[in-house]
Amino acid sequence: MSAEAPPPLQLRAVTAGYDRRAPVVRDVSFTLAPGEAAGLLGPSGCGKSTLARVAALLHRPDAGEVLLDGERVRGWRHRAPRAQRTAFGVVFQQPRLAADPRLTLAALVAEPLRATGRRAEAPARTEELAALVGLTPDLLARRPHEVSDGQLQRACLARALALRPRILVCDEMTAMLDASTTAALVAAVEDYRRTSGAALLAVGHDRTLLERWCDRTVGWHELAPAVKSAPGG
Amino acid sequence: MTDRTERTEPASPTGPTDRGAGTGAPLLALDRMSVRFRMPRGRYVPAVTDVSLTLDPGECVALVGESGCGKSVLASALLGLLPENAETAGAAHLGELELLGADETELARRVRGRRAGLIPQSPAAHLTPVRTVRSQLTEVVRELTDTPRRELRAAAEAAAERAAFPADHLDRYPHELSGGLAQRAATALALVGGPPLLLADEPTTGLDRDLVERTVDELRRQVDDGHGLLMITHDLAAAERIADRVAVMYAGRIVELADAAAFFGAPGPRHPYARGLLDALPERGFTPIPGLPPELGALPPGCAFAPRCTYATAACAAVPALTAGVACHHPAPAADAVPPRPREPRRTGPRQPLKQRTGEPGPPQQPESADVR
Ligand code: SF4
Repeated sequence: MSAEAPPPLQLRAVTAGYDRRAPVVRDVSFTLAPGEAAGLLGPSGCGKSTLARVAALLHRPDAGEVLLDGERVRGWRHRAPRAQRTAFGVVFQQPRLAADPRLTLAALVAEPLRATGRRAEAPARTEELAALVGLTPDLLARRPHEVSDGQLQRACLARALALRPRILVCDEMTAMLDASTTAALVAAVEDYRRTSGAALLAVGHDRTLLERWCDRTVGWHELAPAVKSAPGG
Repeated sequence: MTDRTERTEPASPTGPTDRGAGTGAPLLALDRMSVRFRMPRGRYVPAVTDVSLTLDPGECVALVGESGCGKSVLASALLGLLPENAETAGAAHLGELELLGADETELARRVRGRRAGLIPQSPAAHLTPVRTVRSQLTEVVRELTDTPRRELRAAAEAAAERAAFPADHLDRYPHELSGGLAQRAATALALVGGPPLLLADEPTTGLDRDLVERTVDELRRQVDDGHGLLMITHDLAAAERIADRVAVMYAGRIVELADAAAFFGAPGPRHPYARGLLDALPERGFTPIPGLPPELGALPPGCAFAPRCTYATAACAAVPALTAGVACHHPAPAADAVPPRPREPRRTGPRQPLKQRTGEPGPPQQPESADVR
């Protein structure tokens, strides 16, 4: 990575939340360096998930700006230009809430390819991704209710990688999972990052995990000293 | 059922005599307990196979394993909460009462809440959303105890206090509670009937680490008060913090049953799967066990761990029996198999290579942690 390359992701003085009068994220700035794995550590309910959603262009901030490769982001969600949206791969805590129950895991993994008109690539890419995250052909043929949380989360990670994102955002990706599945999913992310050079923002509450996984781990309070934990966790 | 509200100490002499305290008999005794599910076309899925285990009053056994290993089915079976198509075998004695053969009326009237309390996985979902914590506690106190009407309020408050649920939050609704407080509310409900046996099903899932520790310490307090606690969890750190003994479950069987201090410290686990599980922790090797756990409906013959095991030999084609606490043909010796392992200093040197693929169970792979075995 050349030293002059702009950071893949930069948040400047972001304020965001679901109630303008009580934003959970207040005046937060954060920069993700090229190829870097950054951990964002905080208790649940502190606003770190909201920040992750802003960073992944899934939630429009009330104030502040987000720069993607140095370029200012102007639209969020479907208003974001496709090239910006597809720069991200996002994995959430609860795979059940993030997976269409009607789809087989294979269809789930290939969803982003179909949505971007790259259906033809789907079979080969799905196979590749399944190998990366450790899903067997038998599991790929099943629907979410027929697999465990860990297996479904593997599929959600594969889906997040389908379009070869340059930035991965993992929001409490392994909070519900056992130690071996956690280590396996992190290994899959790191495999992907090693071959792609993608940067990572891993959001979580487990210090031991983030410090082991990431190049650098920042505490939420260091980023947002003014913000108190929201009540109600 | 008298004096329920008076009795807050299950181990006190006024506690039920039928749980065997004082006679040396365990509180809970599972004897070759099995559960299988009848599937279409005459197929069966074995979820729990031949589990033998005892639990004493004042003891905590942590039942650990990956999701889908059968550990939650075991808890459901003990409470009579299995679906219609389940069949059980063997025995599970809670005092003189055999749970697997007990009918629903008996379980509802005598067991659930009174002799066995469930601390559920997602307390927020377990609590009734439209009623305050006070209203739910009061109802359970009325249901399970003979508290006179005018004392119900005080009894509900006492119940909250036993689980360290703050009195000034009693009038809140479940959605107004943090995860930790919802967990305490659920624990308070489980304790109302003074059950000698507590079953906790993944009580710490999704909680922050300090909340995990608080929850676990509060549960330990119940154990120290004389409750027997069977805690089902995939959280090894929580298990280490609370348990006297650890039972490791794999593919429906207990593969290792060990003293917690020996298991988490020296000499460490003896079963290859249990060793792999510990070595997956980020504070240890952070190395996943290769492959995936088998489907309970399609178990390999012989040792179910063989497709993922680096130590498998021809002998492993036969299912190993649980002998001296381990079900393996090639267990690590009981002592000095794994040298006491210094916790790896964080962030020194290059990170652990993470190249372990987790594809289908292939030929045994050299574990990256081989150097520490
Ligand atoms: S019985 Fe054999 S295959 Fe099974 S865990 Fe022991 S060594 Fe491995």
